[in-house]
Amino acid sequence: MRKVIHRRLSRSFFSLGLIVLVAFTTSLSAQEGDPAKGKSLFNANCAACHQLDKKMTGPALRNVETRLSDDQGLDRDWIYAWIRNSSGMIKSGDAYANKVYNEFGGAAMTAFPQLSDDDLNNILAYTAEEKKASAAPAAVAGGTQASEDSGGISNELILGALAILFILLAAGLYLVNKTLRRFASAQNIDLEVETGRKPLWKAFVQNQFLMIVVAIFFLLSSAYFVYGYLSQIGVDQGYQPVQPIHFSHKIHAGDNGIDCKYCHSSARVSKTSGIPSLNVCMNCHKSIYEYNGETSAEYSKEFYDGEIKKLYAAAGWDDADQKYTGESQPVKWVRIHNLPDFAYFNHSQHVTVAGVECQTCHGPVEEMEIMYQHAPLTMGWCINCHRETDVNVKDNAYYEKIHEELSKKYGVDNLTAAQMGGLECGKCHY
Amino acid sequence: MSSNKKYWKSVEELNENSSIVETLKQNEFVTEIPTDEFLGDKETLENTATTRRDFLKYVGFSTAAASLAACEGPVKKSIPYVVQPTEIVPGVANYYATTIANGFDFASVLVKTREGRPIKIENNNLASTNGSANARVNASVLGLYDSLRVQGPKKDGSSISWSDFNTETTKALNGLKGSDKSIVLLTQTYASPSTRNLIADFKEEYGNVNHVVYDAVSESAAIEAFQNKYNKRGLADYDFSEAMTIVSIGADFLGDWQGGGFDSGYSKNRVPDHGKMSRHIQFESNMSLTGANADKRVPLTPSQQKLALAKLYSLVTGNNVSVSGLPESVEAAVKSAASQLKKAGSKGVVVTGIQDVNAQTVALELNEYLASKAFNSQVSIKTRQGIDSDVSQLVADMKAGKVGAIIMSGVNPLYTLANAADFAEGLKKTQLSVAFSMKEDETSIQTQYIAAAPHYLESWGDVEIKTGHYSLIQPTIRPLFDTKQFQDALLTWTNNDQSYSDYIKLIWNEDILNGASYNQALHDGFFSSATAESDDIDELEGVTSTTSRELKAKKDRTWVGGVIHNTAVDLKLKEEDKDEYITKTTHSTVKSSNNENASSLTGGSYAQALASSAKPQGLELTLYTKVGMGDGQQANNPWLQEFPDPITRVSWDNYLTVSKADAAKIGLTNTHVANGALNGSYANVTVNGVTITAPVMIQPGQAKGSVGLALGYGRTAGLKEEMQTGANAYALYQNFNNVQNVTIEPAAGEHEFASVQLHNTLMGRGDIIKETTLEIFNTKDKRHWNAVPVVSLNHKETPVTSPEVDLWDEFDRSIGHHFNLSIDLNACTGCGACVIACHAENNVPVVGKTEVRRSRDMHWLRIDRYYSSEESFEGDNDKKENISGLGSSLSEFGEMENASENPQVAFQPVMCQHCNHAPCETVCPVAATSHGRQGQNHMAYNRCVGTRYCANNCPYKVRRFNWFLYNGNDEFDYHMNDDLGRMVLNPDVVVRSRGVMEKCSMCIQMTQKTILDAKRDGRQIKDGEFQTACSAACSSGAMSFGDINDKDSKVAKLLEDNRMYHLLEHVGTKPNVQYQTKVRNTTEA
Repeated sequence: MRKVIHRRLSRSFFSLGLIVLVAFTTSLSAQEGDPAKGKSLFNANCAACHQLDKKMTGPALRNVETRLSDDQGLDRDWIYAWIRNSSGMIKSGDAYANKVYNEFGGAAMTAFPQLSDDDLNNILAYTAEEKKASAAPAAVAGGTQASEDSGGISNELILGALAILFILLAAGLYLVNKTLRRFASAQNIDLEVETGRKPLWKAFVQNQFLMIVVAIFFLLSSAYFVYGYLSQIGVDQGYQPVQPIHFSHKIHAGDNGIDCKYCHSSARVSKTSGIPSLNVCMNCHKSIYEYNGETSAEYSKEFYDGEIKKLYAAAGWDDADQKYTGESQPVKWVRIHNLPDFAYFNHSQHVTVAGVECQTCHGPVEEMEIMYQHAPLTMGWCINCHRETDVNVKDNAYYEKIHEELSKKYGVDNLTAAQMGGLECGKCHY
Repeated sequence: MSSNKKYWKSVEELNENSSIVETLKQNEFVTEIPTDEFLGDKETLENTATTRRDFLKYVGFSTAAASLAACEGPVKKSIPYVVQPTEIVPGVANYYATTIANGFDFASVLVKTREGRPIKIENNNLASTNGSANARVNASVLGLYDSLRVQGPKKDGSSISWSDFNTETTKALNGLKGSDKSIVLLTQTYASPSTRNLIADFKEEYGNVNHVVYDAVSESAAIEAFQNKYNKRGLADYDFSEAMTIVSIGADFLGDWQGGGFDSGYSKNRVPDHGKMSRHIQFESNMSLTGANADKRVPLTPSQQKLALAKLYSLVTGNNVSVSGLPESVEAAVKSAASQLKKAGSKGVVVTGIQDVNAQTVALELNEYLASKAFNSQVSIKTRQGIDSDVSQLVADMKAGKVGAIIMSGVNPLYTLANAADFAEGLKKTQLSVAFSMKEDETSIQTQYIAAAPHYLESWGDVEIKTGHYSLIQPTIRPLFDTKQFQDALLTWTNNDQSYSDYIKLIWNEDILNGASYNQALHDGFFSSATAESDDIDELEGVTSTTSRELKAKKDRTWVGGVIHNTAVDLKLKEEDKDEYITKTTHSTVKSSNNENASSLTGGSYAQALASSAKPQGLELTLYTKVGMGDGQQANNPWLQEFPDPITRVSWDNYLTVSKADAAKIGLTNTHVANGALNGSYANVTVNGVTITAPVMIQPGQAKGSVGLALGYGRTAGLKEEMQTGANAYALYQNFNNVQNVTIEPAAGEHEFASVQLHNTLMGRGDIIKETTLEIFNTKDKRHWNAVPVVSLNHKETPVTSPEVDLWDEFDRSIGHHFNLSIDLNACTGCGACVIACHAENNVPVVGKTEVRRSRDMHWLRIDRYYSSEESFEGDNDKKENISGLGSSLSEFGEMENASENPQVAFQPVMCQHCNHAPCETVCPVAATSHGRQGQNHMAYNRCVGTRYCANNCPYKVRRFNWFLYNGNDEFDYHMNDDLGRMVLNPDVVVRSRGVMEKCSMCIQMTQKTILDAKRDGRQIKDGEFQTACSAACSSGAMSFGDINDKDSKVAKLLEDNRMYHLLEHVGTKPNVQYQTKVRNTTEA
């Protein structure tokens, strides 16, 4: 897979080089713009439909100016006109305008009359930038991996060395002892053999008091451990199943800072937080077809790109043609947080009404490469939080009267969920 | 230990050479153990590879594996939508307004859906004029998930595709075009403007089409009487909230009389307001729900009812009608009723259920004479349109081979026709027979094609329930199976490629909405045209009927189409649509200008004819429909099967109701067996040579000389074995007459009933159902008729409600919500809609007949029905008070266990009373039941270990124990045993497991949701927002639910009402369910 991509990359490098060569010959006549400014303008206005190197809703735009002037003989003014009023041009019967229009499924480009000539020059300068070599990240990734590896080895080395040291010490002691005994026998010194005293274990066994104490201790401690074991049954804290698509919360919520409730939108209004449907994924992934963030040996760019391909397959998105095939395959995620059916939990109560952060129960999701269950989700854990957490009564007309009366009753200003009746059985079990 | 004693084991040992002793030394047993019996034949044993050791290994391994597997949580998959519909948020319910119109029940309803699945039917309070959801309507959602539904079209028993179906049927229909054989559409009452148009189109296409409307339970007489009098098709509308004196002669108007739906109006005047309430006098033969609610009930045989009605007419109007043969006491009752009616004037109303054109005409005349405000002949009810003679003619035509094709929809004539055999014979003579059916029922298995029909929750449609009151049917789920509506098929047959939903929209925009928004109508589920428009429509109706009468003689009634096309043209159609219609205007014929009373007979002569038609002859059978089963189309619905009849409290059965005197005469008995369950003897019921065998129920209040039997039971096709209960009374429904002369003979055997109430009388315990008369209520102080019980404290009488006599510490419930449920015994008619609503909301399991018989029914809400053992409950109280305690007291109490011949009846819904001082809470060893601050008595199922102490300590007996696992268990093969049926379960309520106690939770999931919604919106909660399933289902206003800490709420005011009392108040449980004392209007004028 990696090889294939390299080959493709090298081929595109070759063609890129050609284009760059051609571009340099003609770009002398072009007015210069600022590629940095152009980049930000591009991201703000164009990136929803265009990428530099990939056909999306609209065509790929790398070196668009040279391409147009070389292939079609169209100058920068044509580009200005097109950007500011493409539909006008289509109507006016411009040949190339209509060609592009039909090629991209008859979807007219949004008009941007607000962009000045300078803005457009900047954008064009950005599109005329050479493509950065993409071999670098791989090398960086390799480097980090190496350093990590060496760290691991050194730890093991130290431990190994210590172990050898201890073995050597033990062996040394044994040898010293043996040598001394040999000396003693050589000098005919009788070593005193303790014979009169009972062995310790016999004395221990015959001491009934000690036996009882030990037995009680043993029973108590085993009961403790058995109880501990039994109460762990059904508690899946740390449960980290392998999911059909490697979805990294770290990249989405952490690196890109997407709000949890953008995808888990029903957490605001419903009892379930909802696993986002694939159309929500495709809101962004229609244009994000590759991963360009940090990578590691385990999770390489190819790996992540492959996962995006899995999403496309599931959603039935044909990335090459930029359209849905209609052959979708729902994703069978493995459910991580499982409350038993007899416990009623409502996300909106906690998220919207109480304003509890998702991380309070779900842990540092934004750091999780693979999602796992952070909290034990036991009843004791729920109750504990209800005892400690103050109810968020601010600016909520529902609580006005109740809060006032309850504060008087308990003589406190802040009320915990427990004081509001949050410990009653029937509030969660019905 | 040496001893010389020898122990002899037998005398045989004396004989030293005994062979037996010798054998016994070697063997433990005298004869060899018959191991062969349990080891089976040696051959197979030797051939098996499993040795005993292997077997033990397997057992050990599987035990270990099972216990290990139990510690490991199963991996659960979670599958989101690929494209989530915008209107669906997982976990949030959506509501859709639609309408049920299955030919028997018509009502505007709201459907609650979760994740796209309809799970509950609720009242559409916006459209209250269109009836409310009764028990059957509430249960109808389960019919959607019926595992025995037809899943696709079938031809002669094997599946075909819809395209083949269309091709073949169209070909057959075209073949009949122009032939002398007719095409017959035999349908239920659709009352649908769009379907009416479609059928007209169909007639246009094929020419020789005859549309026959068939109601399984006919109201033909009333329709004809109304038509004769008003020249309009329909049934008179009654609004009982306008009536202060109601006289009903054989009309079960709280049941299914003339389509039902009158109970909410009736209940409005049943609650005393400013000292006034309506007076209701009922003359009837069977003990009906209506009779049970009456202030005065006079049992009469059907023939006596005719006389009574004639007499009433004569007394009220002063027309001299000679009536003879009425017993004196009845005559007095009729006289009294007549004088009360006259006094009430326009506030009086007379209704009758006698299936006789004369009787129905007399009732109409009486209401006209009284100028009754409760009676409306301008707005007519359209939900029954079947004419008996048409159906009889059809059967005759079919037998004569005159029918080429029959297309049926919504009907099951082979089950519901008395002459089903004739119909079956005729069916064989047709070239094409199609049945649109959800089931392979009695009829559809006999037809060539079964066209799989969708449930109404999957269909489009429209209904005109009353003149000018339109409602829409919209799908609430995508069709579960490969089904097609009758109307879609009509569109196909008429080469119309529109969908039915578009067709409806077109018709509505053109004919009905008058410029109003279709989307708004769809959202509301109904549309009412203003009065002026309804006048227009009335005029049109006039045209309709005139036309129809003209054509009636020709036996070719195309009147429906004619009118509509006429209208369509008047309504300025779009140019392109016009052509289509102009051709059709030719069908529009005579226009009636005469809306006056066209009848040549006067009311008096009708009454005279009625009186002379009453010929008593032996026992008279009245066939009726039960609140639970109706006409029997929902017979495969376990909720309805297990629904106890409000009167007899028997589930899973129909039975012959017989008066005690007649039963003794014939030799029929009811007995209680050792476990308390009820048995009854069988009787052979014969009408004109047709005999069926039905179990006997001795019914207090049954008129002597009359018997009753419910229709709707005894179905055999298209339903599970468990549901094939009762006897098919349609076999006796000859000539569509619900009154038949019968002979009854005892039959062999004993029937086992599943009755949920085995003790029928109140035994003078007037504190369970407090009751008084309107007179006492108006004149005397509360302590006379609703006294708070007292206990002795320091030799002083202290009310039990006072804190000094309380053993308990009071909970502080002053803050937050404190829920109360108030039940008004005056407004409650006992209809049972709440029972089914509770089932649907709370996932209450169905346990089956044998378990109900063992008193293991799971109803969280029951409606107790009590009879008086004297003439009235007051008499019971007196008798109990006067029992001396000496000598005869035992026998006197014994007498009180028997209900009177014509008892007073009282209904009392009982659910968990949510005691503030709950006896159940103190005895639970594991604290599984505990008290909430909001007044609810909580039940944590996961904590319950099933000791059942709580049920034993509950004075109200409302706790229910899960003796078995009722879901996913083949022993209980009801809806919870298949994936389809489980789709109806409410995801917010736990499905309880075996060994767990359960009970009413006061719908805590609903109150919690209301609170959460308010918190999320940041607002206070208004009165009326809090509801329970039962209070929301109660259309008669008997149940009110709310927060008594909100002092302005309705329920807080009811708590202070003089009529308020708590059940078994003397126990001191301080319940959160209140009852309002029943007041009876016994004033004879």
